[in-house]
Amino acid sequence: MELNAITIGFVVFSIFTLGGGFGVVTTRNLFQGTIWLMVSLFGVAGYFVLLSAPFLAAVQILVYIGAIAILITFAVMLTRSVTRIKSRYVRLVPSFIGSLALFLVLLLGITVPIFGGQLPEAAPETVATTRDLGAALVDENGYVVPFMLASVLLTAAMIGSIFIARDENA
Amino acid sequence: MDELCTGLCRLMVDSGADAGLAQFMSLLVGVLLVSGVPLLTVILLIWIERKVAARIQDRIGPNRVGPIGLMQTFADLLKLLGKEDITPTSADRWLYNAAPLVSFASVVLIWAVVPFTPFHYGVDLEIGALFFVAVASFGTLAIMVAGWASNNKYALLGAFRVVSLLVSYEVPLVFALLVPVLLAGSMSLLDIVNAQTGMWFVVLSPLAFVIFYVSSQAETGRAPFDLIEAESELVAGFNIEYSGMKFGMFFAAEFLHVFTNGILMALLFFGGWLGPLYYESPLIAFGWLGLKGGLIYLTTLWLRNTVPRLRIDQIMAFNWKFLVPLSIANLILISAALKALQEIGWAPRDFVGAGIGDLIPTTIIMLLINGAMAIYLLGFLRKRGQEARRESLTARAALAQAAAE
Amino acid sequence: MNVLNEWAFIGLFAVMAPVFPALPIVIAWIFRPRKPNVLKSSTYECGVETIGDTWVQFRVQYYIYGLIFLVFDVEMVFLFPWAVAYNDMSLFGFVAGFLFIFLLTDALFYAWKKNALDWK
Repeated sequence: MELNAITIGFVVFSIFTLGGGFGVVTTRNLFQGTIWLMVSLFGVAGYFVLLSAPFLAAVQILVYIGAIAILITFAVMLTRSVTRIKSRYVRLVPSFIGSLALFLVLLLGITVPIFGGQLPEAAPETVATTRDLGAALVDENGYVVPFMLASVLLTAAMIGSIFIARDENA
Repeated sequence: MDELCTGLCRLMVDSGADAGLAQFMSLLVGVLLVSGVPLLTVILLIWIERKVAARIQDRIGPNRVGPIGLMQTFADLLKLLGKEDITPTSADRWLYNAAPLVSFASVVLIWAVVPFTPFHYGVDLEIGALFFVAVASFGTLAIMVAGWASNNKYALLGAFRVVSLLVSYEVPLVFALLVPVLLAGSMSLLDIVNAQTGMWFVVLSPLAFVIFYVSSQAETGRAPFDLIEAESELVAGFNIEYSGMKFGMFFAAEFLHVFTNGILMALLFFGGWLGPLYYESPLIAFGWLGLKGGLIYLTTLWLRNTVPRLRIDQIMAFNWKFLVPLSIANLILISAALKALQEIGWAPRDFVGAGIGDLIPTTIIMLLINGAMAIYLLGFLRKRGQEARRESLTARAALAQAAAE
Repeated sequence: MNVLNEWAFIGLFAVMAPVFPALPIVIAWIFRPRKPNVLKSSTYECGVETIGDTWVQFRVQYYIYGLIFLVFDVEMVFLFPWAVAYNDMSLFGFVAGFLFIFLLTDALFYAWKKNALDWK
């Protein structure tokens, strides 16, 4: 691998992603765990930038750090023991084997074309812009049905969550 | 700083420097130049803010240190340097120290995409408008972290309130932001300004500007939405455990954020550097942007020092039951009118090349729509105001009667 | 400037941005007096010691605002590309966008009617 800006970026964001993930599973403090998760997701946003998808990177930041982090914090504050999780999960060997197996399955699924997976083709020369994305979203031959389904899904999610979280006496 | 970068880059490569290093150095110079603007302004801003607040409150304000008190901020800075910095023993040390840095950095980072003149800017991102909304979410997270890491009930409660205020007002802010994006057909701030050559967007959609203005006032935690400084109920709010320079950083971030929003509004709605003779010299262009941004900034100061603080329930009700539906309705109406005008050929498909002549029918119809909405809204607010007044009068009469008995 | 160069600028800016506020804090750290005592570095109170932990259970209302915000946040994500491409669209583009927004406005009104928007 030659040493250029992309390689450096990839290494830095990998450290963010993996380090954040490691922090999430090792910290015993729920709030610190949230912050570690955000570090990890910030690294993923960096990957999007490296893949020439800045719009998705901004979305990643906006949705995860702007909304999910806040939501998780609010949710954490609804639980009772925030800082002291009593039982510690100590079965390290089985969980290591389990995650390794999962990783291998994913790797196989990506590289070996059994389940419809295929090796990534060379990236196209033209980079899709946000404008192309917007045009495809409302194109009859494009993604207008998923676009509408997304709206229905979001509506259902909101109604459902309000129905569940609503106070009994309200 | 685009021109400068390539120039400097070339110069260094020519004199025998490594190409990668030269690129890095020229980027670094660009970063320092662009970030210098907000960092220098913030020192001046603190003085302006104090002076304006003093004048509105019929005081003189800082006038001792330096000519008309201009050096006051430096004196304060020196004083802050000598202040003891107390970290509560029960605080979460790492997060406690990181929060002011993130808070300030999130505001400075917005300036990376702010174009100062048509040719002088940090970067012109394709997603510029989304970028500053995304970056602002780091500021929200910083407040949450500050409140949590302080390990103080006032701080945590304050942070919770402020964060729920910030996220709530982000909804109308973004819906209002979508209007300039929709008209310009681009998220790049440079394109948005260029699309206003024919007509400023504030004329095409004044309501979107008002919504953006109100919600950015809330986003910066200014009156009447200044829950950030809830002295009366939460002593101070999320920053209660901070002292010395770290406390100062939260404040510097707030001052800078207000001015940044002024500049952003100038870019999004008032045509940025567009004005007479802007093409003659970058200085004139920069002057126009500074003038427009500064004027908007002054009105926010005026508002801050005039109106009283709202209660949290009123703030939330105002946002979710008034501002959000209004901003959605505004977006739908503007987009419908625009599409209808484009279909019959009265409005241009591309605002960038459109002159003022092409935009006259669009402007008139847009103004009529906005006017109709404004009249309806004023009537609605008037009715609600009368209802509220009647309710409070009835309540007061009942109280008086109870007291008499 | 190509796209990655732009983002290298942003990346460098993001690295530098926390340095600016860190500088005065570090300078203050060198010059400031250090006279801590137990009372000074204890948690600030308003007269009476608070009872129990700070990190206690909070009201559910914050969470509901967070949820509603999240839904709108995801909606905006879809609307930005729609707005960018809007000038090139036919009438169908407006109808699709309108339906998208309208469905979510429904959810907002559901929340309103269920009093989920009230600060309790």
